[in-house]
Amino acid sequence: MTSLLRVEDLTVTFPKRGGGLVEAVRGISFSVGRERVGIVGESGSGKSMTGRAILRLVRPPGRAAARRIDFDGIDLQSLSERKMRGIRGQRISMVMQDPKFSLNPVMSVGRQIAEAYRLHTGSAKGEAAAKTLEMLAAVQIDDPERVAGLYPHEVSGGMGQRIMIAMMLAPDPDLLIADEPTSALDVTVQRSVLAILDRLVRDRGMGLILISHDLNLVASFCDRVIIMYAGRIVETCVAGALDRAEHPYTQALLAALPRLSAPAERLAAMRRDPAWADAASVDAHA
Amino acid sequence: MPMPEAPAILVQGLTVAFGRGAGRMTAVDDVSLTVRVGESYGLVGESGSGKSTVLRAIAGLIAGWNGRIAVAGEAVGKRRDRAFFRQLQMVFQDPYGSLHPRHTVDRTLSEPLLLHGFDRVEARIEAVLEQVGLGPAFRFRFPHQLSGGQRQRVAIARALMLEPRILLLDEPTSALDVSVQAEILNLLSDLQARHSLTYLLVSHDLPVVAHMCDEVAVMRRGRVVETLTAGAMRASHAAQSYTQDLLAASRGALD
Repeated sequence: MTSLLRVEDLTVTFPKRGGGLVEAVRGISFSVGRERVGIVGESGSGKSMTGRAILRLVRPPGRAAARRIDFDGIDLQSLSERKMRGIRGQRISMVMQDPKFSLNPVMSVGRQIAEAYRLHTGSAKGEAAAKTLEMLAAVQIDDPERVAGLYPHEVSGGMGQRIMIAMMLAPDPDLLIADEPTSALDVTVQRSVLAILDRLVRDRGMGLILISHDLNLVASFCDRVIIMYAGRIVETCVAGALDRAEHPYTQALLAALPRLSAPAERLAAMRRDPAWADAASVDAHA
Repeated sequence: MPMPEAPAILVQGLTVAFGRGAGRMTAVDDVSLTVRVGESYGLVGESGSGKSTVLRAIAGLIAGWNGRIAVAGEAVGKRRDRAFFRQLQMVFQDPYGSLHPRHTVDRTLSEPLLLHGFDRVEARIEAVLEQVGLGPAFRFRFPHQLSGGQRQRVAIARALMLEPRILLLDEPTSALDVSVQAEILNLLSDLQARHSLTYLLVSHDLPVVAHMCDEVAVMRRGRVVETLTAGAMRASHAAQSYTQDLLAASRGALD
């Protein structure tokens, strides 16, 4: 598969108080094609920082550096901030966990989608308004005209997240980075939001990076999975083979998970081997 | 003939409404449940189903409720006395929010003992820290010096200080990573076996509830739609289509 995004030797560091650096991401390499790639890990594994680093959204004093971040033939690291803004939203979009904090509370959702669309495409008002309704319908909102006029506090969490997806997919990006897009939602709503995301990604031939702590969700929803631990990639596999993962960390994560199909007296406690954090990062190119 | 033992928690026709006038909303609508002594009872449902409100009403954290609540055979009133809190304690979801940020672990744990006039404060704190898997080294730390899992261990230790018979657990592991969740769930199982505790566990996570509980009540829009055993839940033997939907949505590729 030709890759849409190719990341070589990415490192994200933060200065420590009193000198020295903390490495949140430590030299990882991976690529993403027009496929669904899951990045899983526990808190502090560096998975979210990886997503932010691609879009150059690591806030100072944090610093991201890579040998190469190549997106569709463009070297993202060498772009000016102005050119980078042309990439963000338009060619690579990002959906975050909680729509409550990502939407503007004092603007109707329809206006927000239209504004974002016009900003990215430079289209006329009328076209943006039509696109807004089309996108709201695409995320299976029954009455797009009515919902477009609502304010963020008037919509439920599941609907808020669908609105975010509508907004992020309106400019037809090539790559979507979704960071825990359904973690704040109920399970039944989670399913429908993921199904919508899945259909849009497939229909448009987009690439998707799904960042999540939820092994079950990633196994069910992605084509390929990257498992991160302590800032490094410890293992990568096709999603269907996650249950047969070979790295002891991945196996320990799976064993710690309560499962409906497998009753257990006790859950397996994880014994962390310092060698997991020290071992070199696994290459996760497709 | 011995008297049958009174249930640990008996809830009959519990109704809780918030607001007034046109904005009045019934959060819990005629809920009844029986939690037997020594069992783990799960209350599952999605956000807004009223599951946490039931727990808060039992704990005495909500003033306006109607119906009947009895703990260990004793009907409870709107205000709870000290004896009530020696029977029943609660562990909250967010270990970041439920511990006083400027109190050391020692102060958090000694406060209930002093309020209730317990003796041997030192020895009790040392013992409980050992029981929840935190050594004596943690005793004079502040919450910000602890990880999420360690904080939840302190919150569980605090709930155990008065040697209650019953613990109400409100999403005790949903803020934690899966490996830390496993440690806390194992700790809760060990403590239950050791002290013959009764648990009423609220969670949106069906696999967690199936792992911990014997019996489960499924709530939706303030009502209990059905009760079933953990075994029936694992086998997807649910009578109500809503429960079936919840179970289907909870089963991922790994299940």
